[in-house]
Amino acid sequence: MKVPYSWLADWVELSWDARELGSRLTMAGFELEALEAAAPPFAGVVVGEILSAERHPQADKLQVCRVAVGGGEPVQIVCGAANARAGLKSALAIVGARLPGDLEIGAARLRGVESCGMLASAKELGLADASAGILELPADAPVGRSLRDYLQLDEPVLEIAVTPNRGDAMSIIGIAREVAALSGKPLKAPRFDGVPDPAGTLAGNSSDALRDIVTVHLDVPGACPVFAGRIIRALNNRAVTPLWLSERLRRAGVRSISPVVDVTNYVMLELGQPMHAYDLGKLRGAIRVRLAREGEAIKLLDGKSIQAQADVLLITDADGPIGLAGIMGGERTAVSAATTDVFFEAAWFAPQAVIGRARRWGYVTDASQRFERGVDPTQQRRAMLRATSLLRASAGGAAGPIHLKQSSEHLPRRLPVPLRRQRLTRLLGISLADDRVESTLSALQMAVSGSGKGWEVTPPAHRFDIAIEADLIEEVARIVGFESIPESDAVAPQQFPAMPEERAPEQVVLETLASCGYHEQITFAFVDPVLQSRLFPDGHGLMLSNPIASDLSVMRLSLWPGLLTVARENQRRQQDRIRLFEHGARFVTGAGAEGATREINSIAAVALGARLPEQWAVPVDARGAVDFFDVKADLERLLEGTGARQSFTFQAPADGSGLSCLHPGRAARVLRGGQEVGWIGELHPSLVKALDFTYVPVLFELEMQALTVKKPQYREISRFPQVRRDLAVVVDEAIPLSALAERVTLSASSLLQHFRVFDVYRGPGVESGRKSVAFGLIFQDISRTLTDDDMERLMATIVADLRVALNARIRE
Amino acid sequence: MDDLNALVRQALDEVSACAGLAALDEVRVRWLGKKGTLTEQLKALGALPGAERPAAGQRINEAKLALQGALDARREVLEQARVERELLAGRLDVTLPGRGEERGGLHPLTKVRLRIEQLFRRAGFEVARGPEIEDDFHNFGALNIPADHPARAMHDTFYFPDGKLLRTHTSPVQIRAMLERGAPIAIIAPGRVYRCDYDMTHSPMFHQLEGLVVDENVSFANMKAALHGFLQAFFERDLAMRLRPSYFPFTEPSAEVDMSCVFCEGKGCRTCKFTGWLEISGCGMVHPNVLRASGVDPERYSGYAFGMGIDRLMMLRYGLSDLRLAFENDLRFLRQFQAF
Repeated sequence: MKVPYSWLADWVELSWDARELGSRLTMAGFELEALEAAAPPFAGVVVGEILSAERHPQADKLQVCRVAVGGGEPVQIVCGAANARAGLKSALAIVGARLPGDLEIGAARLRGVESCGMLASAKELGLADASAGILELPADAPVGRSLRDYLQLDEPVLEIAVTPNRGDAMSIIGIAREVAALSGKPLKAPRFDGVPDPAGTLAGNSSDALRDIVTVHLDVPGACPVFAGRIIRALNNRAVTPLWLSERLRRAGVRSISPVVDVTNYVMLELGQPMHAYDLGKLRGAIRVRLAREGEAIKLLDGKSIQAQADVLLITDADGPIGLAGIMGGERTAVSAATTDVFFEAAWFAPQAVIGRARRWGYVTDASQRFERGVDPTQQRRAMLRATSLLRASAGGAAGPIHLKQSSEHLPRRLPVPLRRQRLTRLLGISLADDRVESTLSALQMAVSGSGKGWEVTPPAHRFDIAIEADLIEEVARIVGFESIPESDAVAPQQFPAMPEERAPEQVVLETLASCGYHEQITFAFVDPVLQSRLFPDGHGLMLSNPIASDLSVMRLSLWPGLLTVARENQRRQQDRIRLFEHGARFVTGAGAEGATREINSIAAVALGARLPEQWAVPVDARGAVDFFDVKADLERLLEGTGARQSFTFQAPADGSGLSCLHPGRAARVLRGGQEVGWIGELHPSLVKALDFTYVPVLFELEMQALTVKKPQYREISRFPQVRRDLAVVVDEAIPLSALAERVTLSASSLLQHFRVFDVYRGPGVESGRKSVAFGLIFQDISRTLTDDDMERLMATIVADLRVALNARIRE
Repeated sequence: MDDLNALVRQALDEVSACAGLAALDEVRVRWLGKKGTLTEQLKALGALPGAERPAAGQRINEAKLALQGALDARREVLEQARVERELLAGRLDVTLPGRGEERGGLHPLTKVRLRIEQLFRRAGFEVARGPEIEDDFHNFGALNIPADHPARAMHDTFYFPDGKLLRTHTSPVQIRAMLERGAPIAIIAPGRVYRCDYDMTHSPMFHQLEGLVVDENVSFANMKAALHGFLQAFFERDLAMRLRPSYFPFTEPSAEVDMSCVFCEGKGCRTCKFTGWLEISGCGMVHPNVLRASGVDPERYSGYAFGMGIDRLMMLRYGLSDLRLAFENDLRFLRQFQAF
């Protein structure tokens, strides 16, 4: 909210300059967001009076003006503005003046006529975004006076943030109340000059005028218990709003439109009471405040037509809706320049009747913001008086009586709230003297009465945020100042929270991948549905109702869309060796309507490009593109961290049961204890091509849960020598290594310590369709030395088993 | 005798003339081997008269010993020289890079989050987590933000067709943690949060840190101490901190936390918009309605809660001015945060 310093000074005695005021307000919860002068810097502009204006001899659209500058000779100015005329007082930039935008004014010849300066428009002075013609100043403007002085353009304007609980402070008077409470200076109550006393109006008018009212029916008194109306006739809405008033509006950030509209805006800004003016000539019959019929249509002031729901409060006349209560007026009864008679409304709408409605049509209006947060329900008559006085001063007119329709029982009540001394101390951590507490609350216009343990405090009508004890404690702390509360360490008991060793330490897990060369990435949890369904055509991604962009509209089923997207972007940035990982939730929804969404905390990685960074002492062929087994090794680093590598298995998916985004022959389901916990594989060649990858990305994804650590359990170390036997067997291609290892382990029982594959061979010497697998077996017994006899028997058993079970032939 | 002395001199000369171990061995064999000159001398003793033999024998033995000593010394010198030659030959260019994989690294946001978690753990907080897809109750209702509350407008919530939503803050974890564990409680809850807003300073996904301490007699003064302590520990320097009254539906009193600008020491710069202060957190005393909704008796317990942006802490810590960089994951960006 923009608060011109002088406007505030009308309402409270100010002992602080603008900067100090801003910092005091900031520390009381009203943050100063900006502090600026009422106009951008300019110099050398004075009030000038046009003494004569004659047509330029060489140019139709120019006039040659003689302009008095007070003292000295009048100056000659060539001016193109249509409104330049004799008798007008305007802004004159004299030779040497500097205007906003670093424009320096010099003497010039325009079509052969000398011009010693420039008559300036509001726009040229930075006082408006647009203007027609030069600035028009009041007739009593003192000629020769600096315009900055005359219009007080160096006045500071404070831009203050008002939190949504403080609707009462969305006005000059509201800020003034805060300043009074903070400074101890008194509030001022400006006299509304020229306001006819309502009684006087009655006495001074004929009985017809007395009855010059619009009848108002309040059908929903709970939503609208107060409605003040007043007719003003015979006004001139084509008049120019007085400069002081339009300047104040401008400084508060509101554009001047017409006297009637300006006045309603002024009163709203000053008193916080939104008002509306209807063109009386367009009103039909009585006004009725009622709820809309579902789908009832209304065309609003801005020309937009909307359909209201049944919980929307309308202002209506005999012909239908004429306004959305507390939000915006309707077009049919809108005031125009031609309007001569108006009907003013100053009503009170309950927050519950306004909240959320405006937003349905994308509106946040000055009125809706205030009514949603709470407007003072006792100020409608005062607002009407203020508006009448301002309007008569700018547009004339004769006011009828104020017709106040009110349902007292429906007005919001302010109940006393108890405040306990001990609670105040406990919550803030300081103790405050009783009189300090009392004076602080009283300064905020609260009624305070002492009780044994503390106080009973009744908030004023304008406060909508004081309902419980904590609200009062906040008020006390806020005004006393948070800075006066000391910092004190809490006394905490020594407690030892559970620390399950089976939970893999996150940092170590992440560092494991980092030490394998992977960089962690973080991407949004919503991804491109096109890419996602390309990768997971059968997945049910959870769609957002209101995504920020269509390519960020579905929750990720996997971390792979994010990894592939980032990998691709990095490839585009000429990074030819890419290793990335990410961890976080993926969102999996079961099929059908009842499928609940599960968030699976996962860790996933992608690798593509050279197997090793370019370096000097590694043969070139060892630096080929990264493949399945390189990435599997990295995944195994993680699995080994669980201390239970052997509980994990890698399973080639049966035909058609794999992930369609992976190469069908180069992918594996990762299982722990037989339960699927992840996938690893090369990206499907068709996707490699479609996504434009230079190298084949290899991916894995694993549930974090699968990295549960098995607590180490010491087993005795054998003191006897170990024995190694190597074996090469020829088996069918279809036999996976895991089957061989399983068979050997079964045959060798507990004596087998390690099974190490050291060669897989296909080619001369091995039938086609078969492969030779060579492995080393390391045996050891815990209680004795294994003899040659032992070993011969053992190897014979193993060989026989392999032959029978897997049709394996021993290769000599 | 002169003969023997001359022999020894000659032998010693030969030893010192040896340039290699093989030559030295030859000298040894020639003089001390089975058929060596000195060995022959000993054999010739028998030809001497009996009375001269002991003295002559002793002289020959002394000569042998002297020669052996010289041989050993020379061997050591030559051995040493050989080792040194080999070492010299085996010398490497130690400035050549090491072989193998390079180190990757953690994302700066993760680094900062882990650092924050560690600090709070040391101060007695536990780390709690909650789901990212939330329901209205945990994200709003239980936090004293009823439907149509103006504060909801500030949240720009992402919704799903079933009415669920992406959490707009980590505060729902407060509710879940209290419902689960009750009071007393001291937790932080770091995590991702979502709001539909995207520009230089807003990302539709960002990271928040929630803190909650509830116990008998927890005060505003305790909150100030904890926040100030954390900020100074995190930034590893003395910082001024101030609390400004503000408004959050779930705390009362509520405050915004400013700390003195870490770039200009409070003197005023572009980062702090020349105010000398950086807004770093929102905090307050937990609203009684929130305690009640979480099954905690507000008459017996009080508590404080705070929320701050992990992203902002990261940006301040590492000098980043555009948050979008953090989510672009350019490897050239990520590599800058490779350190442990």
